[in-house]
Amino acid sequence: MPKKAALHHPITRRQLLAAASVGGLALSRPAWAERMIDLPLPGGPGARQVTTAFPQKGTMILQRTRPPLLETPFEVFDKGVFTPNDQFYVRWHWALIPTEIDIDKFTLTVRGHVNQPLSLSLNDILRGLPSVQLSAVNQCSGNSRGFFWPRVPGGQWANGAMGNALWTGVRLKDLLDRAGVKSGAVQVRFKGLDEPVVADAPHFMKSLDIDHARDGEVMIAYAMNGEQLPLVNGFPLRLVVPGWYATYWVKMLNDIEVLDQPDTNYWTKVAYTIPDTPHASIKPGETGVKMVPINKMVPRSFVTNIASGTKVEAAASTTLRGIAFGGDCGVASVDFSIDGGQRWHQGQLGKDEGKYGFRQWQAQLTLPAPGAYNLLTRCSNSNGVAQPDAPNWNPAGFMRNAIESVNVIAV
Amino acid sequence: MRGNLRTVVVLLGVASVPAVACAAPPFELKSLKLDLPDADQMFPAGPGSDAINNNCLACHSADMVLIQPPLSKQAWTMEVNKMINSYRAPVAPEDVGPIVEYLTALKSVK
Repeated sequence: MPKKAALHHPITRRQLLAAASVGGLALSRPAWAERMIDLPLPGGPGARQVTTAFPQKGTMILQRTRPPLLETPFEVFDKGVFTPNDQFYVRWHWALIPTEIDIDKFTLTVRGHVNQPLSLSLNDILRGLPSVQLSAVNQCSGNSRGFFWPRVPGGQWANGAMGNALWTGVRLKDLLDRAGVKSGAVQVRFKGLDEPVVADAPHFMKSLDIDHARDGEVMIAYAMNGEQLPLVNGFPLRLVVPGWYATYWVKMLNDIEVLDQPDTNYWTKVAYTIPDTPHASIKPGETGVKMVPINKMVPRSFVTNIASGTKVEAAASTTLRGIAFGGDCGVASVDFSIDGGQRWHQGQLGKDEGKYGFRQWQAQLTLPAPGAYNLLTRCSNSNGVAQPDAPNWNPAGFMRNAIESVNVIAV
Repeated sequence: MRGNLRTVVVLLGVASVPAVACAAPPFELKSLKLDLPDADQMFPAGPGSDAINNNCLACHSADMVLIQPPLSKQAWTMEVNKMINSYRAPVAPEDVGPIVEYLTALKSVK
């Protein structure tokens, strides 16, 4: 087994009080925070530190140091459909994250309602099972939470808690078949190496229905974009659940348990639930709504080459470029509007790298006269679902996918 | 003789792998030993700052709390109770009130 993380920053009450008494620490910014960025979150605060202090990571927006929440700077999404590993966003729930992993000692167990429990080395997985590849978007359930209005507590992300990678690994189905799922299995539960600081706090675990787990698409990835995963993205193994929110993509996966009863653990049954309503949307303050576990993603699209506030030339051709994804299926079209949504024009789609991945799109447009314009983009997916006009609202800040806008000034 | 036989078997094994897989060497993983950056920021001094520093920083750094939007006392109460009830934060009962007051005051001045 990998060495358990020594409590990364052991803090005792006495040490805290000692540190507090020094005084100077109180308002200091960590020495490694290099500069600031301002996220356009309604009502603020939008100021965030930009950091390169995390191992194997490049420039990231710091949302939380421990456990790490790191956001991808939005300009990264203009470079292509595959998000570089060193700028792929990071989100952990618990602070005890192993920082040392020996690939010769790591094991993945498959147990529970199976005929043959397995304990597999990384070599067993890399050499003993067929390798598969898939491009898929990994998006935090709460991506864009900072744009909710009224605002809600939680990670105050802008739009950068998402990324797309080419994942290489093995099919979960192949692993389960090797273990031999017994009849009567209903769900499969996944657990990683991270642990809560407080011993009796609920270990982070997520479950999928047995048929989903065996659909042949859910995979266990040992590589993203052709490289091993960065530690903070889940090295050495991460569950990949194409089309589903990232909460299911368990990092540092080392335990798979086949259940013969529905999972009642906190992280599956209580946390990460959404109102069972269209767009998971309710009115602020509304209560008594049936809640269900968050599940499939919904379509989104963004302009990536022009930021709000940019000046463009009036009565001249301007290139609009961006990314889109269909959610749980491919992108059918990306449309844009320069008149607040009265008329829509179809953008040109880039190369299809797989239905679960980002798809680049591009358009030429002409803003007829000087003035302010609100450019809208709308993705429709291959299931016929389009982004809604109005933003959704729920108390956890999940599943935002309203039509996005970019304000530009034609001069 | 035995050694030769093994060589043949290995070669046959290689030959049976599809050409596309032969193009790339088998994927190799490398062990990692890294350090994550320090999180030594304290909550700014003020009424209740001892309570929040003593109870909250063991599990998470202060930074994400300090960038929350302005939230009502009711919303902060729910957050603190979630930390205690769902995430088992061992917060002393007498510290709950000062923590909520600290958070509510912190945000209302922004």
